[in-house]
Amino acid sequence: MDDVLIGTLIASTLRVSVPLILCALAGVMCERSGVIDLGLEGKMLMTAFATAAVGVASGSLVLALLAALAVGVALSMLHGYACVSHRGDQVVLGMAITMTAAGLSVVLGIAGFAQGGQTPPLPEAVRLDRWFVGAGDVVAQLPYIGKTLSLAFFGHNGMVYGALALVGGVWWLLYRTRFGLRLRAAGENPTMVDAAGVSVRALRYQALALNGVLSALAGSYLVLAQNPSFIPNMTAGRGYMALAALIFGKWHPVGALWACLLFGFLDAVSIRLQGVPLPLVGEVPVQFIQALPYLLTVVLLAGFIGRAVAPAALGRPYVKER
Amino acid sequence: MSAQPVELPRWMDVALLPAVNLALALIVAGIVVTLVGFNPLQVLTLLAKGALGSQAGISYTLYYATTFICTGLAVAVAFHGGLFNIGGEGQAIMGGLGAGLAALAWSAQLPAGLMLPVMVLSAALFGGLWGAVPGALQAWRGSHTVITTIMFNFMAAALLSYLLVNGLKEPGNMTPESRAFAPSAHMPGVHEALGAVGIDWPRTPLNLTLLLALAAALLCYLGLWKSQPGYALRAVGYAPDAALYAGMQPRTLMVVAMATSGALAGLVGVNEIAGVHGRLLPDFVAGAGFAGIAVSLIGRNHPLGIVLASILFGVLYQGGSELAFEINGFSRDMVFMLQGLIVLFAGAMAQVAAPLLFKAWRSMGGGRQHG
Repeated sequence: MDDVLIGTLIASTLRVSVPLILCALAGVMCERSGVIDLGLEGKMLMTAFATAAVGVASGSLVLALLAALAVGVALSMLHGYACVSHRGDQVVLGMAITMTAAGLSVVLGIAGFAQGGQTPPLPEAVRLDRWFVGAGDVVAQLPYIGKTLSLAFFGHNGMVYGALALVGGVWWLLYRTRFGLRLRAAGENPTMVDAAGVSVRALRYQALALNGVLSALAGSYLVLAQNPSFIPNMTAGRGYMALAALIFGKWHPVGALWACLLFGFLDAVSIRLQGVPLPLVGEVPVQFIQALPYLLTVVLLAGFIGRAVAPAALGRPYVKER
Repeated sequence: MSAQPVELPRWMDVALLPAVNLALALIVAGIVVTLVGFNPLQVLTLLAKGALGSQAGISYTLYYATTFICTGLAVAVAFHGGLFNIGGEGQAIMGGLGAGLAALAWSAQLPAGLMLPVMVLSAALFGGLWGAVPGALQAWRGSHTVITTIMFNFMAAALLSYLLVNGLKEPGNMTPESRAFAPSAHMPGVHEALGAVGIDWPRTPLNLTLLLALAAALLCYLGLWKSQPGYALRAVGYAPDAALYAGMQPRTLMVVAMATSGALAGLVGVNEIAGVHGRLLPDFVAGAGFAGIAVSLIGRNHPLGIVLASILFGVLYQGGSELAFEINGFSRDMVFMLQGLIVLFAGAMAQVAAPLLFKAWRSMGGGRQHG
């Protein structure tokens, strides 16, 4: 009984964390290069819509993903055009993307499908398959923890494993390659990067392109793996929660992973805990658990538990000296 | 190559630039409207007619404008202190909570003459506190208000939802709403006020909070430009180091600015809870806090500009809802999209239009005498 409960709890934690992880990685890429991304929520929503709309229209998973990537990168390029090329306010741009996406996705949804902004459910062929189902059955035969392990870690869709792999990928890119070193330098001390003869502009655009790809994956996960159709405002604040997670993870991909898993766990457990008294504290209101990620982030930012230090040049447009 | 900052003459900066940005947003929205199969000119005509073509339309427009004046000022006051307040949404929720709790506690005992001021003060106090905490965290702990106010929005929504479900909900009622307030907690509608002096006016949600909002705008103007603390606040926003050197206290002023902003956003609670619903319920803010960012940007962070921009946004919201009734397949989301585009062009891409305008103005011979 208990091993089933623990197994399914880990599994649902992983599943709800994946969009947060991908979105937080998108934020890490962009913010480490010195560009604030408050548009994560909007990018995710718009790419989720693109995935659903193209998936329904074409019935092809590849086309749906390509559409999401195209939309995600296009939004990031707009981000770059306004904020990197023209030194626009990065916070305001993020709000603009999020507000526009919330309206535009519904307008296009109504025009295309006439279902009040929803899309029809995606055909089975477009939805993601479960991976490692056979291996999970084998693991389940192991004594004691076999069943828990099998339920927790096997039989998820490919994007769950892909997201975890991408955490390693982003870490490697940022901390083990020359490109990553330069990208982080552009976020800490762009003048130095410029003096070394490397273009801050190009670095920030490249970071934004990767940010677009990652947020597109986060958005498409919502319709490919979670809800079979697009619903208006289906991101429901996940972009902001990913932002909180990236701050909670101190702008580090692995830190962000743990923060996303923590927030995902709180999300998964909040429904189960409804009306269940806990030892010592008694019954915890579900709203408190839902607000906990934000509360923790505020407390961390205020420096009461550890200290989260943003990249030094975050939010500052770089003006090349002449 | 990125353009260097340009200095536009004042009339262009104050009047022409917002108009150009607004026009750009309208053009892009017009393209989308055309793409989804409507005639943008027809839509615009119907929108204007729905918002301004009747007494009821105008009344609804002003009702929406009341809310936007509050949230727009909430962004602007913080902005003058060098802070970006994205927390209007949460501060408005707390304002509604403050007004609602006061009404639930005392509306049965107090007469309207006492009850309404208490509700207004309570709304301002709750909203102000919800703004002051991020302000203080920025001032003394260095945590950025942009991030903290976003987090505070979510926390305010969770708190309201918790209180409504556990305690404030009317027993036996499935929906998470409080019981109705006693009549003394009702902010008189404009139709009631005008009716009392014999003028016939259609029954709409527009209520006397409009006067409160206009007074707040005037006070913001006097406070920011005609008072010593306002001068100090703008100095802190403009040049924090110079202000500190001049003996001003940036930290205290930051908290004061955020508390004032929060109190202004809290007045939305009066407009909605005391003026319209007469009970405490979830989702009464409905994005008005974010709309305040667009209002403040278009209004150039000036109270008069904000009042004008609020009326414009009132027209868009009211016209948008009328359109949703009139045209099959049209929804209010078109207005939300336009609102986002306005923030895009007037805020984030303001640097794109300004150099072009400057070039055009120079090529027409403007500003030559300065070299």
